[in-house]
Amino acid sequence: MGSLVYFSSVSENTHRFVQRLDLEELGMPVHRIPLRPADGFLTVDEPYVLMVPTYGGGNEGGSVPRQVRRFLGDAHNRSLIRGVIAAGNTNFGAAYCIAGDIISAKCQVPYLYAFELLGTAEDAQRVRDGLGRFWQRQSLISA
Amino acid sequence: MAPTGQLKLIDRVSAINWNRVQDDKDLEVWDRLVGNFWLPEKVPVSNDIQSWNTLSDAEKLMTTRVFTGLTLLDTIQGTVGAVSLIPDAITPHEEAVYTNIAFMESVHAKSYSSIFSTLISTKEIDEAFAWSEENPYLQRKAEIVLDYYRGDDPLKRKVASTMLESFLFYSGFYAPMYWSSRAKLTNTADLIRLIIRDEAVHGYYIGYKFQKGLAQLGSTEQDEMKAYTFELLFELYENEVEYTDALYGELGLTEDVKKFLRYNANKALMNLGYEGLFPKDETDVNPAILAALSPNADENHDFFSGSGSSYVIGKAVHTEDDDWDF
Repeated sequence: MGSLVYFSSVSENTHRFVQRLDLEELGMPVHRIPLRPADGFLTVDEPYVLMVPTYGGGNEGGSVPRQVRRFLGDAHNRSLIRGVIAAGNTNFGAAYCIAGDIISAKCQVPYLYAFELLGTAEDAQRVRDGLGRFWQRQSLISA
Repeated sequence: MAPTGQLKLIDRVSAINWNRVQDDKDLEVWDRLVGNFWLPEKVPVSNDIQSWNTLSDAEKLMTTRVFTGLTLLDTIQGTVGAVSLIPDAITPHEEAVYTNIAFMESVHAKSYSSIFSTLISTKEIDEAFAWSEENPYLQRKAEIVLDYYRGDDPLKRKVASTMLESFLFYSGFYAPMYWSSRAKLTNTADLIRLIIRDEAVHGYYIGYKFQKGLAQLGSTEQDEMKAYTFELLFELYENEVEYTDALYGELGLTEDVKKFLRYNANKALMNLGYEGLFPKDETDVNPAILAALSPNADENHDFFSGSGSSYVIGKAVHTEDDDWDF
């Protein structure tokens, strides 16, 4: 089974969503991209789905958090991404969850899910079930 | 205006040093707000004059009243709300962000006037402002929020402020989204979308600072603050329902607006770090309204609920970021 890699800023919104998923119980490892460059660099060694918040705005860049761009800048890390999930706020109009579009297009991986802010109970259930099925299918494909 | 008490200002001011930022979020939000800066003069609202003339009298009246209500809220937030948060700020950079928010709220308040002067006569403008002075629900909403701004609890002030930014505006924001979904007043809707974007950053930031403050309290006080927050939300929600009916009842839109209210009430709670209160089947916003708000908010990004036979690859988006190494 693959893992989940996520980034969450000090507001901890995405972190709280990940906690509600309780993925460790499914045997799915979870790795967090460090908050700041000084906090070290995450290198992964197994396939993963990436979950990221979208920084609001859209027209002047910065929608994908800098630390996530840095993480994906590493060719080894990038080779293991299998899908992306993005968080955002519909208040940003066309830029809603656009970090998911950007990463999906750049890395040519499926855009699996989008949710708002902390996500709802339904979002958490769908992502938890969906990730389980996603990795099952991936293991059948690669077997 | 007669003084109601001692003027409250911060006790001591040190020169602000942006090269030593204690909370990264202050700089990040400052940069975001500056990047999002806009002025109403850039939006060609006058292109909506023809469209405005196709509305019925009842529709024009509703729309005009909606905008006076929004003007009142933005005025409160610009001249009292955001300013009242400054003495409670923990860092000098937080103070600076509040001054930015306060100014932008004044820009918002002024932008409604530019819509008015473009679309309606001076007499109609005066009548609408007179209505806003007399509508009990609009006045009640202003009174509730102003009471907290004048109160002595910094965290409750932030709760009230986040409710205003993330919830209380939306009975009004519904109207331009409704018109936009019917291809009417589309330039006005473009202007309102800029305001909606700003309010998202404001609500997020003030909610974040609330959570920082909350983390300093003991668990009993934290529980009390949560109970208080939900009570305030209910009080405001009940008032919003009455206000909504006063605005939209005649047009038969009240129930549709109420879904939008509950959807945004949940988002206000999330900005404060709490889970949403209203369940999914009470927050299923009319898809046309949601699409007017965000064309990107469709079901395309739910691979998990489908059969899984086809993936969606995101559309390529031009970004200004130059640190992608591939």
